[in-house]
Amino acid sequence: MAGILVFSDRTNLALEILTAAGVIGGTAKVLVINNDEQAQALSDAGADVYKLSNDDISLADVGQVAEVLKEAAEKLNADIILLSSNRRGKELAGRLAQKIGAGCLTDVSAINVNGDKIECQRNALGGATVATQYINGDKKVIAVSPRSFAPFAGSGGSINEIDITIPASTVKVLEVKPKAADTVDIAAAEKLVIVGQGLNSKDDIPMIEELAAKIGAEVACSKPVATDKKWFSEEHVVGLSGKICKPELAIILGVSGQVQFTVGIRDAKVIAAVNTDENATINTMADYVLTADLHEVVKEMNEILG
Amino acid sequence: MNVVVAMKQIPDLQQIRIKNRQPVFDDVPLTFGSIDKNALEAGVNLKENGLADKVIVLSAGNEDLEDTIKEALAAGADEAFLILGDDLNGAESSVIAQVLTAGIKQIEDVGLILFGEGSGDNYSGQVGSRVAEILGWPQVGYAGAVKVEGNKAVVTRVLEDAEEVVEVSLPAVITVVSGINEARIPSVTQILKAGKKPKEIVEEDELDEINKDALITTVSNLAPESDRKRVVVKSTAELVDKLKSENMI
Repeated sequence: MAGILVFSDRTNLALEILTAAGVIGGTAKVLVINNDEQAQALSDAGADVYKLSNDDISLADVGQVAEVLKEAAEKLNADIILLSSNRRGKELAGRLAQKIGAGCLTDVSAINVNGDKIECQRNALGGATVATQYINGDKKVIAVSPRSFAPFAGSGGSINEIDITIPASTVKVLEVKPKAADTVDIAAAEKLVIVGQGLNSKDDIPMIEELAAKIGAEVACSKPVATDKKWFSEEHVVGLSGKICKPELAIILGVSGQVQFTVGIRDAKVIAAVNTDENATINTMADYVLTADLHEVVKEMNEILG
Repeated sequence: MNVVVAMKQIPDLQQIRIKNRQPVFDDVPLTFGSIDKNALEAGVNLKENGLADKVIVLSAGNEDLEDTIKEALAAGADEAFLILGDDLNGAESSVIAQVLTAGIKQIEDVGLILFGEGSGDNYSGQVGSRVAEILGWPQVGYAGAVKVEGNKAVVTRVLEDAEEVVEVSLPAVITVVSGINEARIPSVTQILKAGKKPKEIVEEDELDEINKDALITTVSNLAPESDRKRVVVKSTAELVDKLKSENMI
């Protein structure tokens, strides 16, 4: 069976990819670049870690990291490289695939081995469809979507050193600005109250937040509410180029339901949709449909829920 | 220096219908992905600020592209470089990356190639990275801001939990996020004038050494099955009751 190399800058995502590697089978080795804490955490979870310590490497230099992964894959006899489909991982995936002549699939949400084929599922046509695809040839780069697999938990891990020399990065990092403290992780939320362009005004946001607080939900939005109206930051966006969310409950207010949006919420367990248009697309993918003005409904819900 | 903006011709996603779980493309017009339009806007902004000489839109697709490209020329691109081939619409990332790179090599004085972070339809995000690798250029993905200073670019890469400001030497490949700007909507006059802007058209088979081996096989591409209850409730109180009965609130 082919060797598998796993890499992600994020420990939690590396653990999820290790589970994906288990689905594929074969022996997975994890590369950790300049991160002792990650090496320890992954080894504790039962992974065979290959730790690379080299200050010439900068994660900001995608070309250089791709070269490092290529060499690591050669040294560790891996034909399949699994990455995380977060932004770092996705940017790296294409470059690495081109470098090693591999086919590549990103945003992979499920993997099923069918004979000698590793069938991967990913959204296509802006989320209108789900494509099942596999990579031809021995060399494969697969970037796995966050939260698609449970974190790996095993035993008998190890930490090994790996040595790769490479010219120093030419990409200079001038500044790293952590995002503001109000950052939410809507992809991890159990419940979401999601607003769309049906929301009249920024002044209506407090009552939405009040509703969310009453039911223990986070507030999220459709893309135009963040990028055009700028009422919310980008972290709140549900959809193809935002977050793919799988909450227990999604209350969707004033969203028409274009596929680029619905792809981010269709895996919710229960969906309630409130929209003034009884023919809104969102109603076709809801468990409970209320045709009404969202502002009135939110006020009433806040009263009922005390 | 010139800025090349690579854009992908895709079906208008709003107009795709699903029949028996299959997407139906009949009469669906072609357009460019929305994030591609942000990449174009970023390029035009550089030119308007005196940081680029020309903005050249680069695209590969079937012959309909000659018409679709007007949208980009109307929105501020100076010229178009088109690579036409019947099988280029929906061709896989590895092929498109080679085709676009062959085009870039025919364009003079390219300092920057801009892409959207992902196409509107497949959103795979590979082509920009693959082009950077073929050219051996540095790249910065997910740019929320791009400044050109002499022969360097200072780019803000927007990650999930942080923003990283990096400096790269030019030429370079940059992919942008939609939040970088609001793409302009061209006026009628601009659309009419767009037809007169210069277009260079190359047939795909005039390009050398494109390896068209399929690296990806698609087994199926179907709309997901939905088994929602679709219960219509009449009042807020009824909605609350339903959600309570499911132990959701």
